[in-house]
This record gives sequence, structure tokens and C-alpha cells, in this order.
Amino acid sequence: MQTDAQTTESFVETPKTLAELRSAIASGRLKATELTAEYYQRIQQKNPRLNVYLSLTKERALAQAARVDAAAAKGDPLGPLAGIPLGIKDVLVMQGAPATAGSRILQGYQPPYDATAVIRLEAAGAVLLGKINCDEFAMGSSNENSAYGPVRNPVAPDRVPGGSSGGSAAAVAANMAVATLGTDTGGSIRQPASFCGVVGVLPTYGRVSRYGLIAFASSLDRIGPFAANVRDAATLLGVIAGHDPHDATSSPAPVPDYATESDKPVAGLRIGVPAEYFGEGLDPEVRAAVESGIDALRAAGCIIQPISLPTTKYAIPAYYLVATAEASANLARFDGVRYGYRSPASATLSDMYRHTRDEGFGAEVKRRILLGTYALSAGYYDAYYLKAQQVRRLLAEEFLRAFADVDAIVTPTSPIPPFKLGEKSGDPLAMYLADIDTVTASLAGICGVSVPCGATASGLPVGMQVLAAHLQESTAFRVARAVEASQGK
Amino acid sequence: MTARVTVDDVKRVAELANLELTPEESGHMLHDLNAILDYVAQLNELDTAGIAPLAQIGELPGAGGVSLLRADEHAGSLDRSQVMQQAPETDQAFFKVPKVIER
Repeated sequence: MQTDAQTTESFVETPKTLAELRSAIASGRLKATELTAEYYQRIQQKNPRLNVYLSLTKERALAQAARVDAAAAKGDPLGPLAGIPLGIKDVLVMQGAPATAGSRILQGYQPPYDATAVIRLEAAGAVLLGKINCDEFAMGSSNENSAYGPVRNPVAPDRVPGGSSGGSAAAVAANMAVATLGTDTGGSIRQPASFCGVVGVLPTYGRVSRYGLIAFASSLDRIGPFAANVRDAATLLGVIAGHDPHDATSSPAPVPDYATESDKPVAGLRIGVPAEYFGEGLDPEVRAAVESGIDALRAAGCIIQPISLPTTKYAIPAYYLVATAEASANLARFDGVRYGYRSPASATLSDMYRHTRDEGFGAEVKRRILLGTYALSAGYYDAYYLKAQQVRRLLAEEFLRAFADVDAIVTPTSPIPPFKLGEKSGDPLAMYLADIDTVTASLAGICGVSVPCGATASGLPVGMQVLAAHLQESTAFRVARAVEASQGK
Repeated sequence: MTARVTVDDVKRVAELANLELTPEESGHMLHDLNAILDYVAQLNELDTAGIAPLAQIGELPGAGGVSLLRADEHAGSLDRSQVMQQAPETDQAFFKVPKVIER
């Protein structure tokens, strides 16, 4: 019986580090244009099977690479990402490139502007290869909700890469980009990072501008990087973080040198291990891998402390009420009037709205719009939406109390290893329940990193989630780096 | 809070959300909404009397949020022709839609 990673085809390939590539480009030993062409070739080979990229931005990428090569030849100063090929989740807009959000309703849309994160990456010299597949409007935990077909996990192509940023995680795991951007509303960076065996970062809410991000749930949505190692992920966050006048919720706090911070030793750091994340429903192999990661932190001199976060069990219901309520409002804008798909031949305006939305949205998006609309509707607002926001405060305050005693909290990123395509797609509630380890930090607004900490017997990756208080990304990176080092990387 | 959703509720909410569901879709949604709302009902176990709702993370101490509303000054915006290029139907100055009122 062929089942798992060891026995099936594998697409796994680790990119060179950012530092290696950048110094080769700066010295002229490697041309950014050649590196870009090499990545497009690899994408051409692997994309038919993995379905990672939805569109390529070759002209723009090669022009940027040529600019980097010219600057390197002249000895001009180069940005921290000079010539580095990256991929962008297709919920972030790039001027002139299709932006689908994985949905049929945005078919044909070519945004007239760039997202702030995109502008910052290119200003640092990055070469943006194209737009990457994801669950429709970032709603999903398996990448099976994309209108453009599922992404396959490069480690085991019969399994899902996680979601919603499944394509962004898979791209790094298969070396179809050196690093990528994804977005995380309830776990959509951390869980796919765990499933594909790469590093994924959930920055503090407000750390990265959301300008140019197609909104799902505005009080929860965050943009963050995926990379093959902690240091590269830290470098990318340093480039995209910081205040932006276009996003009133973006934080004016100064941006530390995360890459340098990530190398600092962890001896003496107090690490909390919350019992609630290690109970019923945790796969034994996932537990073993995460516990080995905790042992490695203890060996590196961390002080491991058991803690309790009893409100955890209420996070899933609170999250799905807040997220769907905000989604129902955000997705009201897709009506066939200004951009994207319009249903042909409707006699009246209201028919046109309905037919466009009915034909344009997939089942999961409709389900969440309906749930959110219900939770906000007259007579139910207090019982559902208001109640969920009160629970949100309880959860956030519980984390703040915990962080008075510990520097970081470690948990599994997902209670289960990557599952097979189709295995859970028939049961939306079961799919939601698998988000239990990630939605807590989403509601509380705190930051975190998912870092590989081992594998199951059949070779499926397991991630450890390292959480830190608001704006304490440096601490999360340090702890993640120590776990990574214990894996021999 | 453990209100059972009925077919009529699904219809009403779909109308509010400008969604038109087939009878088959309505059936699935009815089942899924009830399952999800039954699960969500466990929030009732928590006493939240007197707890202020948390709508924005920036309100929390240490979260780095301050009021960052910009000065109310005119700033540039996207060029109209670029925006109109993306519309399904336009006369270049306005978006065109099917008629709104029956005469």
C-alpha cells in the first residue's frame, strides 16, 4: 500500500538561504536574471502537479532582476532582498496582474495599484514571480476551497498543504520561490507552514500594513512571510513591517532588526506550555514531535513552565462568529458593478447582484456569509456577535496575564498532521475544529511563528507554534531559531 | 441562544446577503448552520456580564495601537479611467447597471 511521504513522489527541495543568494548576486557570481529564469523553469516543471501558481508576472520580474544586475555591476548599494525570487499569495494586489483571491467572482480583475507589502518587497530588491493559489477569500484550512483547484502538498502530493495560504507554503517547500507572502486570519500562515515543513510567521496585528489586501475579516487579517528557515523569515518581516498611512490600524512602533535578534541565545527565557493544547484530539505523533522540541529548548537553557489558558476551548466558537460577521460585511462589495465577474443577462439590478454572487462565490464562502449575516441580524446581534467579542477580550486578557510570567508560549501548530485531499471537505464543522491551536492568537492579536520540529513515522512534517506577546516578534524568532537549530539546521 | 434555524431563516438571511440559493444548497446550509450554531452555543457557559467587547486589538495595553487617524486633508486618488477599465459595463464616466425601477 502506498500511503505516505516516503513511498510516493516528492517535490521537496530546499532553497538556498537568502544570505547565500544575495551575496552571490552582489558579487556578480550569480545573475538575478538567471536565477529568475531558473525559478520559472522549476515552476513550469512542478506547477502542473502541485497547482501552486495561478498567474506569473514574468515581465515585471525580469525587469526587476535586470535592474538588480545592473546595480550590482555598477557596485551600487543593493537592498536586503536584491534579486531574491519571491511569490505572493493571490489575495494581495499587484498592479496589472490578475488578482483572484481564489474566487470566480474576481475573474478578469487586474487591480490598478500595488499592496504596500508588495511595494516594500520590490523596494528592497525582491523579484516577484507571480500570484499564488489559496482558499477562496482565504477561507479554508486545506486549500481545497480555491475556485482554481486544490494545491497539493509537495511532501506528499496525495495530501493537502493546509490553508488558506497552502500555495505559499507549498511554493517554499518545493523551491518554487525562495520565500513567499501569505495571510493569516485564523491560522492560514501557521497551519500550512506546519503541514509543508517550512517556517511561517504571524506578525502582531497592525505590524504589517493591510493596504492592498483583499479583506476577509479586517480585525483579524494579517500579512506575513513563509521561508525555508527562521532567519530568512525574520529578514522578510523586517522589510514589510512598519507604519503605513494607508492603514489606520498599522502600528507606529519601530521595527527591530529581526534577523539579528533571531540569532540571540535563548538561555534563561521562560517558556510556557499550556495544558489545554496537549489534551484530547492531539495526534500522538504530533505530540511526540512537539515534546521533543520542548526538550530541545530545555537543553538550550530555557525554563519550561506548565501554564493554563482555560478560555482556549471557547476560541473556535468566538473566532467563527467574529470572522464570519466581518466577512459578511467585507464581501458585500462583490456585486458585479465595479470589477470582476458579472452574471450576464439579468433584467434588474437586484437580479444582477444575486446571480453574480450566486455564480461567483463557492460553497464555503456562501456558508460563512450566511453565518455572519445571521449573527449580525436583528435579534441575534447580542447573543452571537457581541458575546463573541466579549469572549475575545477574555481570551486576550488571559494571554496578557500569561505573558507577565513567561516570555513565550509553545504549542502544536495543528493537532493533526496533513490529511488527504477530500478527507475532511464534506464536514465544515470538523474542518473548523482543526483550527483550535491557531485561532487563539488570531483573536488576541499576539504574534507567533510556526517552525518545523520533527515528523511522523511516515515522514509528514510537524510544526511547533511559538507565541509571544504583542510586538515581541524578536522573542518568537529566537525561540523558533533554537528549535530549528536542534533539528540540525 | 440555541435558536434552531429553519428553512425560512435561511431564506431570509440569504435575501439579506443578496444570495440566491438553490433548494439543494438551502438544505445543506440549513444543516451546516444548525450544526455550527449548536456548537457555538457553548459560549453561554461563560459569564460575560460587564465585559467590554473587544473590537480592535490596538485597544489592548502594549499592543502598539494609538489613534492614527490622518489629518483630514485632500490627497490624490486613482485615475478614473484606470478604475473604469475594470468595470464590467461603463460609459467611461459612470458604472452602468441593469434598470433599478420598473416603470
